[in-house]
Amino acid sequence: MKIRSLATHLLAAALLAALAVPTAAVAQQSKPWEKIPIPPLRAFHPHQPVRIDLKNGIVIFLQEDHELPFVSGSVLIPGGARDEDPAKTGLVDLYGQAWRTSGTTELNGDAMDTWLEERAAHIETSGGEDSTSLSWDSLKGDSDQVLTLALDLLFHPRFNEQKLQLAKEQDETAIVRRNDDESEIAGRESEKLVYGATSPYARQPELATISAVKLSDLQAWHDRTLRGKLIVSVSGDFDPVKMEARLREAFEPLPLVQPQPARQDSFSEPQQAVYFIDKPDVDQSNIQIVGLGTTRHNPDVPTLAVMNDILGGGFGSRLFQKVRTELGLAYAVGGGIGADYDHPGLFDVEVLTKSASTVEATKAALNEISGLTARPFTQAELDRAKDDILNSFLFRYDTRDKVLAESVRLEFYGYPENYLETYEAGIRKVTLADLTAAAKKYIHSDKLAILVVGNKEQIQPGLDSLNLGPVKPIDITIPGLPTQPPAGAGAQQQ
Amino acid sequence: MPDRSFSALARRAVAFAVLLLVCVAARAQDLASFEKRITVKVLPNGLTLILCERHDAPVFSYVTFVDAGDVNDPWGESGLAHMFEHLAFKGTTQIGTKDYAAEKIALEKVEEANNAYEAEKLNPRGSDPAKLKELYAKFQAAQAEAHKYVIPNQFTEVAERNGATGLNAETGLDDTMFFWSMPSNRLELWAWLESSRLYDVVPREFYKERDVVLEERRMRVDSNPIQRMLEQFLATAYVAHPYGRSNIGWPSEVSQITATEAMAFHKKYYVGSDIVVAVVGDVYPDKDLPMLEKYFDRVPGGPKPEEMTTVEPKQFAEKTVAIREQTQPFYIEGYHRPNYRSPDDAVYDAISDILSNGRVSRLYRDLVEDQQIAADAEGFSPYPGDKYPSLFALYAVPLPGHTPEEMRDAIHKEIDKLKTTDVTDAELKMFKTRARADLLRGLASNQDLAIALAEYQTRYGDWRELFRQLDQIDAVTKADIRRVANETFVASNRTSAWIETAPPPTPPPGKTAQPAAQNGGAQ
Repeated sequence: MKIRSLATHLLAAALLAALAVPTAAVAQQSKPWEKIPIPPLRAFHPHQPVRIDLKNGIVIFLQEDHELPFVSGSVLIPGGARDEDPAKTGLVDLYGQAWRTSGTTELNGDAMDTWLEERAAHIETSGGEDSTSLSWDSLKGDSDQVLTLALDLLFHPRFNEQKLQLAKEQDETAIVRRNDDESEIAGRESEKLVYGATSPYARQPELATISAVKLSDLQAWHDRTLRGKLIVSVSGDFDPVKMEARLREAFEPLPLVQPQPARQDSFSEPQQAVYFIDKPDVDQSNIQIVGLGTTRHNPDVPTLAVMNDILGGGFGSRLFQKVRTELGLAYAVGGGIGADYDHPGLFDVEVLTKSASTVEATKAALNEISGLTARPFTQAELDRAKDDILNSFLFRYDTRDKVLAESVRLEFYGYPENYLETYEAGIRKVTLADLTAAAKKYIHSDKLAILVVGNKEQIQPGLDSLNLGPVKPIDITIPGLPTQPPAGAGAQQQ
Repeated sequence: MPDRSFSALARRAVAFAVLLLVCVAARAQDLASFEKRITVKVLPNGLTLILCERHDAPVFSYVTFVDAGDVNDPWGESGLAHMFEHLAFKGTTQIGTKDYAAEKIALEKVEEANNAYEAEKLNPRGSDPAKLKELYAKFQAAQAEAHKYVIPNQFTEVAERNGATGLNAETGLDDTMFFWSMPSNRLELWAWLESSRLYDVVPREFYKERDVVLEERRMRVDSNPIQRMLEQFLATAYVAHPYGRSNIGWPSEVSQITATEAMAFHKKYYVGSDIVVAVVGDVYPDKDLPMLEKYFDRVPGGPKPEEMTTVEPKQFAEKTVAIREQTQPFYIEGYHRPNYRSPDDAVYDAISDILSNGRVSRLYRDLVEDQQIAADAEGFSPYPGDKYPSLFALYAVPLPGHTPEEMRDAIHKEIDKLKTTDVTDAELKMFKTRARADLLRGLASNQDLAIALAEYQTRYGDWRELFRQLDQIDAVTKADIRRVANETFVASNRTSAWIETAPPPTPPPGKTAQPAAQNGGAQ
């Protein structure tokens, strides 16, 4: 364990100097910026959307905003890729693409494309990890018709074999190309190290699982998930009375929503080990130090947010100050403990450094992580982190659109409406003792896996000099890769 | 602090992101109503301030738009503008230092030590290893001495502690932008910080930061197959104009840039007449403008620096770049086109819109839907910049089993169609409708609006051109599109680049073959 960095010493010394009598050796900083008045921020009450609870359990949010002549909306549908059959991994992504491109029983996808583009309007569908969605936007003048079409796509889709095929081609291309980009490999494989390769939160589509998806699977998925608790949100330049009537007419007749069955996921922390993926065409190593994070239900989350800011958030953080500013070892460095809404996020610290400094940068990052428990947090660090978070907190709700998105998110994950206020109050209350306790509770170097993607020949000294046990290679061969075109079959121009 | 590169290409084969429209407050939807909310003031030093009022929330966003970028790097110093941009986060004589008087002397010694070390390293008769080692040790010692006076990252720390969000900068070939958003009660603090770093920058921790920038290059270019290809593509397309130089800089040049060179760049280009500062949000010109003038008046005046005057000679031979490596295939080609001031600028917009915008676009319908040979195909322009004559580029991402050659042929078929047959009335109308709607959509965010106002003010001398460009768009005819296609899309004006997938290398005799997994899975 190294002693705390010179940079941090100097910083602490300087901040102390501001309070103490200046010494003869170093002139006191005059800090002219501290003399600039900061008037109290004027009162600001974010414009909350109107909430309408239908008897069947569906929730509607209306956020009026008459500043620009647009209307946009979305329907959020519970159930996503984590709920799909593992043998058909990729189904939800294919569904998200083909739903829209197929079109409705009245208007096929191609005709819909033309109709919308003539109006500079959009209707899109997409598939995510825990939900799917349908969204639309258009100029105000077209908004009635666009909404009609969007609802038609919601209630009367007609999945088309050719469009499914097109979506499969997109996903197959992505699979075949997934080992080209170093950061993509690092992101994907580090998630697998934490959650497990077959976990619903890390598994990846393969050529075989894509090819196993049938048209009937898309329709079945649609019929099943549409019975869930839909959240409908509309924002923009509309008449709220008319809009409410429209949406009630469309959604009120639906049967009582069937709640999504609670997931029974199990999570375990990885063991400390070094994993390696060789990529001979790069000159920089992508280092991921990863473990299991937490959920936002955890009452320690405000403390962890402060700790994250001290460890790896922004220019003033320990990782940035040490690895980038002081050592010049990285452009990209940062990270912390991730908190997701309904399952543990990732602990992830990332450093990108030239091949030759891989070991040095990894050690420096590990040292900052273990330093959370070994090197006491200072009041200056706590104050800085709180200022960072609290003074920018406003930007979580400074537009009507952000306020609407937050309302939808909290409703979807079942959090109280005042979550942001509670969270902000929690941040204000964090103490040095809280930080120390949280570091002790959450930072365990022996539960962090280290993944390096990089150029084996250039990494000198090698990863074995980290002295963290034998380096474990990871096989990222793509199963069932189609034969490449023969060499020289490219665009020869004579 | 990225350099600006073509990120769309870095996306994998993906077609359309879901558009979640942001609807925030513009109290206006046309030029007339913006007139009422925008105040422009040119200060005696030539610096232009633009204030746009939007009082929805007590916040503001700003951009400082400097009309100098990496095209202005002197020959042999590619990446200099970007290197200076990084320096602008390191503080001033007042912020980031414990004792500037002493630090100044220490920094001069760093510069001397670096010069002595570089001179020996680059000795044309070969360098003496022992002497080199000694000079390097002195260089390191000088940096350590200077570091004693540094309060690292104090400039950004003060900004972030006061709520700065989205704090960053970008250096393009044409220009450099610094930006963030803040609560509006920090407007004066921001004015002090921003104006200070524009006129009072100190070459602090320069050589460590140079290492950081070299890491940025490795991340963005060297370790990314598509960016590697694009760098070669541009270097081939241009023989004289600096648009052909690496935006972030060639490694040997970036690694030799000195603090003295960066400061000389600053002195020459960071003058008032080269700078537009736009602020959008909860600001009041009556009250705030005098305060802002007081701070930004500190930026030095002086005449606008001379423009980079190299003109790319007319291309007369078709050029190609073939890359054979173990990554997936890709195809791109580009044709020289005039700059943004050309009367045909909007015609190029029409062509790229008709070829590429959405699922009805010609390249999508043909290569992706009908032929099913590509996952994605688009045309775009201007690339890599807009201030000087640039390229109209087209690319396609082959589906597995398809070749760059097929992409090339399919793209050529589509551009031939543009040359021989008029586009349809419906296509032209769609382009015009979308251009109008997209302009309005772009006004939603304070930060985007600030950037658009500053850019148009810089390029045209009047932010109103942002709205007037619609007149040019409305004037585009089918005949214009055919004429411009015929002028532009000719073989002798073309540079193409592609990646072909090479088989894994055969291991040298005596060594065991690495398993395929070790080679990134390609086999």
